[in-house]
Amino acid sequence: MTLPATAPAPAGAGSPHADAREASRRRARRASRLAAFGFIAPVVVFIALFFAYPIVRTLQLSLQDYTFQSYFTGQADFVGFANYVTLVQDRLFAPVVRNTVLFTVVSLVFQFVIGLALAVFFQRTFPLSATFRALILIPWLLPVVVSATTWRWMFYKDYGIVNALLGTHIGWLSDPQWSLWAVIIANIWLGIPFNLVLLYGGLQGIPGTLYEAAALDGAGAWRRFRSITWPLLRPVTAVTLLLGLVYTIKAFDVIWVITEGGPVDSSQTLATWSYKLSFEGGTDQSLSMGATVASLLFVVALVFGLLYIRTQRKEAAA
Amino acid sequence: MTRSRTRSAVRVAIGAVLCGALLFPLYWMVAVSLTRPQDLIRSRPALFPLDPTFDGYALAIDRNLSSMGTSMVIALGTVAITLVIALPAAYGMSKLRAPGTGAVMFAFLLAQMIPSVVVVTALFALYKQLGLLDSYPGLMLANATASVPFAIILLQAFMRTIPDELLEAARIDGAGRLRTFGSIVVPLSRNAVVTAALFAFLFSWGDFLNAKTLTTGNSITPMTLALFRFVGAEATNWNGVMATAVLASVPAAVLLVVAQRYVAAGVTAGAVKD
Repeated sequence: MTLPATAPAPAGAGSPHADAREASRRRARRASRLAAFGFIAPVVVFIALFFAYPIVRTLQLSLQDYTFQSYFTGQADFVGFANYVTLVQDRLFAPVVRNTVLFTVVSLVFQFVIGLALAVFFQRTFPLSATFRALILIPWLLPVVVSATTWRWMFYKDYGIVNALLGTHIGWLSDPQWSLWAVIIANIWLGIPFNLVLLYGGLQGIPGTLYEAAALDGAGAWRRFRSITWPLLRPVTAVTLLLGLVYTIKAFDVIWVITEGGPVDSSQTLATWSYKLSFEGGTDQSLSMGATVASLLFVVALVFGLLYIRTQRKEAAA
Repeated sequence: MTRSRTRSAVRVAIGAVLCGALLFPLYWMVAVSLTRPQDLIRSRPALFPLDPTFDGYALAIDRNLSSMGTSMVIALGTVAITLVIALPAAYGMSKLRAPGTGAVMFAFLLAQMIPSVVVVTALFALYKQLGLLDSYPGLMLANATASVPFAIILLQAFMRTIPDELLEAARIDGAGRLRTFGSIVVPLSRNAVVTAALFAFLFSWGDFLNAKTLTTGNSITPMTLALFRFVGAEATNWNGVMATAVLASVPAAVLLVVAQRYVAAGVTAGAVKD
C-alpha cells in the first residue's frame, strides 16, 4: 500500500514525515466516512422531503390563512395562532375530542384484552395451533378498505348480519348514537391480530420452567397468570399499548370507509376531521384548518411516541 | 394418554371456534359476493349463498379491473423505490458505520408516530406546486413513506448478521464498497429483500388516504379508491361491491399462501402497519 502524496506538514510539528502520514490518514478516514455517507444519502434526502418537510409545512399552514382561493392565487397570509383560537371555539371541537378519546381508549382496551386472551390460549401446545395463528393474521394483511367495506355492509340497518344475529334493529350507520360504536367495533376487530402477534412473542420469552414450578406448588391457571405471566409480560405490554395507542389515534381508513365521520359528524375523530376540513368542504375547505387539527394530533401522537421510545430504551437497557 | 388426547381435542375445537369467529367477516365478504341481489335484501340473511351467482364478479371485473392494474403499477413502483433507497442505506448503516446512522434510526422511530393526515396535507400543497397531483410517481413516492422505514429496519437487522470477515476478504481481493455491496451483501440478503419487497407491495396495495388525497379526478384510480366509490355508486349491487373487495384481497391472500415464510419473517420483525 503506497500512501498518496501529502501536503507539506505545518511548521513546528514533530518530524515532517510522521505529520504527513498522519494528515493523509485523516484524509483517508474522511474520504471513507464520506463514501459511507454516500450510501445513506438517498434516505436522508427522502426523510427530509417526506417526513421533516411535511411536519414543518403543516405547522406553517396552521399559522396561515390558506383558503379555497389560495389554491388559485397561492396567497396565504400569516395569521399567528388565530386558527387555533377558531378551532377551540368551534362547536365540533369538544365532541370530536371526546370521540377521539372514546374511540382510542375503548378500541385499545378491547384489542389488548382479546389479543392477550388469544395469546395465552395459543401458548398451549396443541395440533393446528400454528395454522390457526397464521389464519388469524389474514385480516392484518388485507387492505383496511376491504375489511371496512365488509363491516359497512354487515352494519346495514335493514339487511345487515349484525342486526340479524343480535336480533336488534339498530341504525349503526344512520343513528348518531351508534355510528361511533360501529367504527369502534370494526377497529377492535382490525387490531386483534397486531396485539396477538406482539403479546404472543412476549409470552414466548417467559421460561416454561417457571410454570412447571408453579404447577408443582399447586398454583391454578388464574394464579399462574397473575403471578407469572402478567408481571413478566409488563415490558411487552407497555410497548404494545403505546404503539397501539399511536396507531389508533391516527386511524383514518376504517372510519372514513364505514361512516365518513357521519352522520352529522357523530363519528368524527381528530384524524378524519382534519381530512374533512382540508379536502371535503367544497368552497369552504381550508387547508389551514385541516393543518391546525393535524398539528394538534401530531403533538399528541408525538408525546406518546416519545414515551414509547423511552420505554423501549429502558427495556433495551434492562 | 387418553386424557391428554381429549384435552388436545378440546383445545383444537376451541381454537377452531375462535378462528372461525374472528374470520367470519371475511367469510361473509365471500358469501355476499356470490349471493343474488334479491337474496341480499332480506331481514334475515341466509348464512350460505344457496343460489350462487357470479354476476357480482362480472360487474366487479367490468368496472374495476383497470383499477387493479393501476394499483399493481403503483405497488411495483413503490417496491422499486423502496429497495433503491433502503438497500444501500441498510448497508451503510449496518456495515460502514455511516455518519448519521443514529439520526436516521431515530427519525424512523418518530416517523411511525406521524399521523398520515399530517403528511398528506403537506404533500398535497407540495404536489400542487410541483405538478405531482394525479401522477404515478407522486403516489409511488407517497406510498414509499410507509415502506422505506420498515424495509431499512428489517434489512439492516439482517445485514448485521453477515460476518465482517467476508467483507474484509472481498476488500483484500480489491473489491470496492460498491462491488462488495452488489456482489456479496445484496445476494446474501436475498430473503430479507423479498420480505421487504413483499410488505412494500402490501402497504402500497392497501393505501387509501394517499390515493384519495393526491388524485383529484378519475385519471388515476387505484383499487382501494375504486372500491370506496363503488360503494357510493352501487347501493343496490352489494354482491358486486363485495366481489370487488374479494378481488382486492387476492394479492394479500396469494402472498400469504405462496410466501408464508417471508410474511412470517416480516411479522416477527415487528411488522408495523397503520
